[in-house]
Amino acid sequence: MNAPHELPQKLRIATTSLSGCFGCHMSLLDIDERLLELATLVEFDRSPITDIKHCGPCDVGLVEGGVCNAENVEVLRELRRNCKVLVAFGACAITGGLPAQRNNREVTQCLTQIYRTDSGEVAVPNDPELPLLLDKVYPINEIVRVDYFLPGCPPSGDTIWKFLTDLLTGRTPRIEHPLLKFD
Amino acid sequence: MSDASELHDLIEQVLQRYQRRPDRLVQILHDIQDGLGYLSDATIALLAERLQISYAQVRSTRDFYAFFYSEDRGQYRILFSDNVTDRMAGNQALFQQMLDYFNLQPGKVSRDGLVSVDLTSCTGMCDQGPAILVNEMAITRMTPQRVNQVCALVSAGVPLAQWPSGFFAVDDNIRRADCLLGASPEPGESIRAAIARGREGMLAEMKHSNLRGRGGAGFTTAIKWEACRNAAGEQRYIVCNGDEGEPGTFKDRVLLQSYAGRVFEGMVIAAYTVGAQLGLLYLRAEYRYLRPRLEAFLAGMRAQNLLGKDIVGVSGFDFDIEIHLGAGAYICGEETALIESLEGKAGKPRVRPPFPVACGYLNQPTVVNNVETLCKATEIAIHGGAWYEAIGTKQSTGTKVLSVSGDCARPGIYEYAFGVRISQVLEDCGARNAIAVQVSGASGACLSERELGRRIAFEDVPTAGSFMIFDKQRDMFEVARNFAHFFKHESCGFCTPCRGGTALISSMMDKIAEGRGTQYEMNELLRLQAVMKTSSHCGLGQTAGNAIADTVQKFRPAYERRLAQTDFVPAFDLDAALAKARHLSGRDDAHAHLGEEV
Amino acid sequence: MSDNLNSGLDSTATFSIDGRRVPFEAGQTILQAALAAGVYIPHLCNHPDLKPHGSCKMCTVIVNGRNGSACTARAMPGLEVENDTPALNDRRRVLLQMLFVEGNHFCPGCEKSGNCQLQALAYDLEMLAPHFRHAFPARVVDASHPDIWLDLNRCIMCELCVRASRDLDGKSVFMLAGRGTNSRVVVNSPSGLLKDSALTIDDRAAHICPVGAILPKRVGYAVPIGERQFDQATIGHQVDYLAKRTIPIRPVAAETAAATEGN
Repeated sequence: MNAPHELPQKLRIATTSLSGCFGCHMSLLDIDERLLELATLVEFDRSPITDIKHCGPCDVGLVEGGVCNAENVEVLRELRRNCKVLVAFGACAITGGLPAQRNNREVTQCLTQIYRTDSGEVAVPNDPELPLLLDKVYPINEIVRVDYFLPGCPPSGDTIWKFLTDLLTGRTPRIEHPLLKFD
Repeated sequence: MSDASELHDLIEQVLQRYQRRPDRLVQILHDIQDGLGYLSDATIALLAERLQISYAQVRSTRDFYAFFYSEDRGQYRILFSDNVTDRMAGNQALFQQMLDYFNLQPGKVSRDGLVSVDLTSCTGMCDQGPAILVNEMAITRMTPQRVNQVCALVSAGVPLAQWPSGFFAVDDNIRRADCLLGASPEPGESIRAAIARGREGMLAEMKHSNLRGRGGAGFTTAIKWEACRNAAGEQRYIVCNGDEGEPGTFKDRVLLQSYAGRVFEGMVIAAYTVGAQLGLLYLRAEYRYLRPRLEAFLAGMRAQNLLGKDIVGVSGFDFDIEIHLGAGAYICGEETALIESLEGKAGKPRVRPPFPVACGYLNQPTVVNNVETLCKATEIAIHGGAWYEAIGTKQSTGTKVLSVSGDCARPGIYEYAFGVRISQVLEDCGARNAIAVQVSGASGACLSERELGRRIAFEDVPTAGSFMIFDKQRDMFEVARNFAHFFKHESCGFCTPCRGGTALISSMMDKIAEGRGTQYEMNELLRLQAVMKTSSHCGLGQTAGNAIADTVQKFRPAYERRLAQTDFVPAFDLDAALAKARHLSGRDDAHAHLGEEV
Repeated sequence: MSDNLNSGLDSTATFSIDGRRVPFEAGQTILQAALAAGVYIPHLCNHPDLKPHGSCKMCTVIVNGRNGSACTARAMPGLEVENDTPALNDRRRVLLQMLFVEGNHFCPGCEKSGNCQLQALAYDLEMLAPHFRHAFPARVVDASHPDIWLDLNRCIMCELCVRASRDLDGKSVFMLAGRGTNSRVVVNSPSGLLKDSALTIDDRAAHICPVGAILPKRVGYAVPIGERQFDQATIGHQVDYLAKRTIPIRPVAAETAAATEGN
């Protein structure tokens, strides 16, 4: 009756980086040979690893990076819609991180400074291809509901492995010393 | 004469008035601001130099109090009292009317430097609101007509002293008088009675009376007096806490306005009993209009030898009273914060123990009593503890003065023996259809219809005197939100739970008000309240979430009807967060917008 | 309760923390006695060289059924103190989260990371995220002083600098001004800038900040990750350090400071 359950099929995972540096994704690859084991347990949906552009129904979504612009919001919402469990993956997703260091000035000031030409003219591009900046950079949990937080800049390979294996084996993930780090 | 030398002269005059005492800094800042309109960084730098204290210290005090301004707020500084009772009386429309008249943003001074208009915490005129303060002078019963009149006077630059005196009339509205408000003893009668009993005798009567503090906490007054008398110290002080800032409370204003003799004689009796030579009345800035008549009253008492040297002929019984003005800080109602303020500092509560009775004003043994408590001491002096103890209930002896406001026919002052039922008070003041009563102010308890049979008493519903009534047309969510904003504004910032918690609760209430709240926020409100209640440094933080917790439990639908259908909504409008970039890029295409996620 | 109840010497002068007997000396606070006995009670605004302050409220414990700050409550014989309980640690986590969202705490960009008590406490209490909405306040960075940074983004209003400058250095360089969420540390100088104040790199106030709001310049990330104060063990396992600590980060580059650091 209570026999150890077999996972019926591989867990489907989506990953994305919003306003981040892909450092958290690099760290995911840093689990080294355990990647092979991971590959037996999960399959990747939308992810820089697969280059799949849109997310289908998934068990887990890992979101790296803060929410800086309109496109970030749309991608984040897509993952939230499709993932049973959404994880804020790394410091920027949790606090806004490095991109949020612009939050102490007005977005107007940022744009006018960046798009000022040598002649002093300000020309902010009006290309619909370019995502519009939000007034601030937000942690993802201020835009959508988030189920788990995996801190670190980036979280170490060991931390990610501990988190994923907890999740995959049905234990509430627990990150504590020495794996818990904000830097 | 140059501006610089005028400034030097003004500062010099003020400093002489206060014997260059740094512990008089709050009073000094008041007087300088009266002369200059505001306290610039340059002014306080000069002041710090003259007082030989640090610039940062002066700045710390200036920046703490709501009524001290670092920038010019205009020749006329108008503040609308923003208690929930003022709101119920329509202050928001009047506020907007005045802003529109002067074409002003709240808190911003007009371009000609004439006037600024802003909101302020409850000014204690709840029975005759909406109320405003003009340069700290109270004007009650604001109407659209009166707003126009005020605007016209301001525009014409008429000095405040020449405004119609009727504007400044503040009524007592005593609706029910009992032992205290109904009696009119001769001046000095209670002091003579206390002296006839002797110091020990008077203390014994106080003990017998079981008088408990009327400021809300209900500490036994005789124990305070005895502890102060017995504490080691060079000087003892009697402080009268007239910082009646609890929203909805105005009974001390009436006592100080029409029963000042009782208050001051109570201080004299306390001084006699504990052996103090100096008394300090801490008068909240909102009641500044009372100061001249209180000073005159003190002068009269001195003339009658009820103050000064050898009071009523008792050799060696020397005692006098000074009035200190607060500067807009609710927290100064907390006794140790009040003492800090009396010492010229930011009003932040001290660590207790030591308690003021052992180490209070200037680190000397100090009794801090509420205005009403001191009045009660005069009754006990005259009639004795046994007489007093027979009134009220066993644990709550004597009478209690209530400040009744809100939805009732006869708002005002009601004095009852302790133990009176809430329903009785409602009946007497003509409140029909009450759905809720907020007892003891924003920090007190919100009682629903089911609880109107409860009694006003320390053992049942304790109160500092505020009694605000809400009938069925009122929205209890908005009542709680008003209190949440109040506490965020008044948190002193000393401790983490209160500083952080009041800010978070306030923003969550705003989120719910905007239709962005969910059950999640409802739970968060209660969780925050629990942390604040158990971890905060003083009563402000401990009680700041009470009204939220009470209304979430008792008036839950008032919250729920504002909640979003989904289980999560961001705290802000995402599309609006793109507005600046949209404007700069000149875009308005589909990708330049974000809808709400459903 | 009178003081003679805990007049030292008496071997029965003990109280209990989570059931463990803790000895104390007359006049000690619960926190002082606990740290001396190797029992950890979380705290931020307390420092062994300064008078108890009681503002961070991280050390809130339950003493004989009542809530109180361990840093200001006196130890008394027979007290029963609850400290390391899930309920109290939950509360502490909320307080930490309040501190994280009210300022701008960007650990990866802070030289204090790894040596920061706020961060260390968050690790110790397994705080994974700041949870609440970030205030993202606009705060001042003052880089005017030749030897010392002042970055108020990281300030937690513990007033350790205020007290150290006043009580240990005799200078009163810092003051907490304002009220509520507008509270902020101000510098005592006519310009309001640190360079015009009396602060020097030798001052205790220049080194006492538990977070990275006041830091010596030209130090940088001096200690590699893995070797910093709280990399090795959580703060809860470094009671000895907390009881005796002087200065967490040694300003290795500023040799002047190293020379003046006594004990």
